[in-house]
Amino acid sequence: MVPLSWYIVLSAIVFSIGVFGFLARRNLIIVFMSVELMLNSVNISLVAFSHYLQSMRGQILVFFIITVAAAEAAIGLAILIAFYRNNPTIKVDEINLLKG
Amino acid sequence: MTLPQAFFAYIGGMIVVLSLLVVTRKNPVHSVMWMLLLFVHIAALYLFLNAEFLAAIQIIVYAGAILVLFLFVIMLLNLRKEETEKRFQRQWPFGAGIGVVLAVFFVLIVGKIDVIPPLGQYSIDAIRSEGHIMTVGKVLYTEFLLPFEIASLILLVAIIGAVVLAKKRVE
Repeated sequence: MVPLSWYIVLSAIVFSIGVFGFLARRNLIIVFMSVELMLNSVNISLVAFSHYLQSMRGQILVFFIITVAAAEAAIGLAILIAFYRNNPTIKVDEINLLKG
Repeated sequence: MTLPQAFFAYIGGMIVVLSLLVVTRKNPVHSVMWMLLLFVHIAALYLFLNAEFLAAIQIIVYAGAILVLFLFVIMLLNLRKEETEKRFQRQWPFGAGIGVVLAVFFVLIVGKIDVIPPLGQYSIDAIRSEGHIMTVGKVLYTEFLLPFEIASLILLVAIIGAVVLAKKRVE
C-alpha cells in the first residue's frame, strides 16, 4: 500500500517545479505551461485525497479545475496572439509597456 | 518495496523528471512533447488511484485539447529567431530559490500527512459495484449541479473571449 503522504510530496515537488518555471522562463508560452503544471499537481493531490478519504468531492473538484484550466489556456493564448500582433515578441522581460 | 510502491516510484520519478524537462527545454515544441508524456503518466497515476474516468478526461482534455492549442499557437507565431536566445530571465536564480524553498516547506509540512477518519461512503467496493462513471455522474448532477452549470458558463465566456481577443480588428 502506498501511503498518502507520498502522493502529497509528489504533488508538492511538481508544484514547486511549476513555480520555478513560472518565475524563471522568458518564453510566455512556457510560462503558461508552468501554470498548467501547477494545476496538474493540485489535481494529483485532490485525487489522492479523494481516494484515501473515500469521498467523491476531490474528483468533482478536479473536473472544475480542468474546466478552468482549459478556459485559462484559451484566453491566455488569445491574449498572447493579440499582443504578438502589435509587438512581435513573447519574451516576458521585453513585455514592459506598462513601465512607461 | 512492494509492487504498488515500485509502480508509484516509477510513475512519481518520471513525473518529476518530465516536469523538469518541460520547464527547462529551449524549444517550446519539445516542451509540449515532454508535457504530453507527463500527462500520460499523470493519467496512469489516476488509474492507480481508481479514477478511471478522470484518467480518460486527462488524456482527452489535457493531451487532446489544451496541448494541441499550445502547439497551434507555437505554429502561428514565428519563433525561429527566439530559439537561439537565452531561455531564462535575468532573475532566474531567485526563481529557483523560491522553488526549492517552497518544495522544502511543503515537504516539511505535509510529509507526514495521513488519513483521519471518518471515511466517506465511496469505498473501492462501492465504486466498483456501479462503475466509476456512474458514481461521478450521480454526485456531479445532484450535489454539484449549480457549480456544473457555472462551469459551462465559464467555458462559454472562454470561447467568446478567445474569439474576440484573437480576431483581427477590421477598420
